Amino acid sequence: MSRHPTDSDQPHPPLGHVVPLPVLVLTLLVLLALTGLTVGVTVLPWMNLGRLGNLWVALLIATVKATLVALYFMHLRYEKPIIAIILCVTLAFVILFVGLTLKDTREYQPSIQTYRAADPTRYAPDLYNK
Amino acid sequence: MSSSASSASTTAHPPGTHLAHHFQTPAQQFEAAVQGMWLFLATEILLFGGLFCIYAVFRANNPEVFEYAHRYLSKSLGAINTVVLLCSSFTIAAGVRCAQLGRSRQSATLLGLTLLCGLVFLGIKYVEYQHKWKEGLLWGHHYRPEHEASTSLHAPPEAGTADTPTTASPLADPDAPLATAPAPTPTDPDAPSATFAPPALAPPGLRGATAPLPELTGAQRVHNVQTFFGVYFLLTGLHALHVLVGLGLIVWVALRTLGGAFSPLYFTPVAMVALYWHLVDLIWIYLFPLLYLIH
Repeated sequence: MSRHPTDSDQPHPPLGHVVPLPVLVLTLLVLLALTGLTVGVTVLPWMNLGRLGNLWVALLIATVKATLVALYFMHLRYEKPIIAIILCVTLAFVILFVGLTLKDTREYQPSIQTYRAADPTRYAPDLYNK
Repeated sequence: MSSSASSASTTAHPPGTHLAHHFQTPAQQFEAAVQGMWLFLATEILLFGGLFCIYAVFRANNPEVFEYAHRYLSKSLGAINTVVLLCSSFTIAAGVRCAQLGRSRQSATLLGLTLLCGLVFLGIKYVEYQHKWKEGLLWGHHYRPEHEASTSLHAPPEAGTADTPTTASPLADPDAPLATAPAPTPTDPDAPSATFAPPALAPPGLRGATAPLPELTGAQRVHNVQTFFGVYFLLTGLHALHVLVGLGLIVWVALRTLGGAFSPLYFTPVAMVALYWHLVDLIWIYLFPLLYLIH
């Protein structure tokens, strides 16, 4: 494990890109630090950005982590562009799917609110949004 | 693929490279495998994307349910599982690196470590599931929480029944409830609410018809909590299934590595299983904050 990847004794060049071990270790350390950060922002009171803000912070940190895993653990950085295109198109469709559905959901919000306001015993007002 | 036929048809490469006849070089074969695997991973992302869409719609419609119910998930267990899964992702990436360099024994050791991490993950997941099962924190009509009587902030349904002597029969004790609040609310003048049972206890068909009694509006309880646990079990359950499949695949490639099946010119199964395992990690990276860290 301590040997440098370039001094291996094989006749052929290795298949795929051999990611140097320090890069892998550094990726892991950054990932662990980001995990600590994403837990930390939920504990620290001054990091509370409200319901939507907290969600976006959590998603942002998760996306940074996922990008690191894809780039270095999954070798995306060293692959041909077609792999990144496949991934990005997939993610674009997921975002489109979720986004359009949420837009649609939002259209129904006024009627849902009216329905709930008619029955305040069953649907408590916003207790937890502080 | 039959290795004997492929090695017989290609003389330019040493045996054990598993070069299929329709590929010219091991590098070309490996690139094709990587591309195919990423296409498969794309379908997996779309599969989980559908589930994340369910999550998004439920949370957008019932934010209070998610903020209430996520407290029953252990943040620390979730964080430990995240760390375990990240470490397993590292070990399998290092295992692929060793396979690329032809260090089979180190590769097998790292695959074994990955297996261990995956088992720890599933073990912790089992503890969490068992806890939910015992507490009745399940999906749909299986949601029968036993904890609610002990939580003070959220009035349990039993508290609603405790209020009923004053609300259900206002005629028996006419002074106290009627003095504080008149029974028919002005918003719904033709609702004969004084003769009906309180809405929380009435059959579902009567809930809309009866005007709510003022005493019960204080008993604020989060409803439809079972939707959170439905989403929770759906997402983590499918993820755990992927972990289980990944563990089986890791056992398979580890045994083949120990059997000397791979060389620097052919380690495609190790690399593909690693890609699959990383995807499992990626999904969890999103699941952890979305389910455990709501605030």
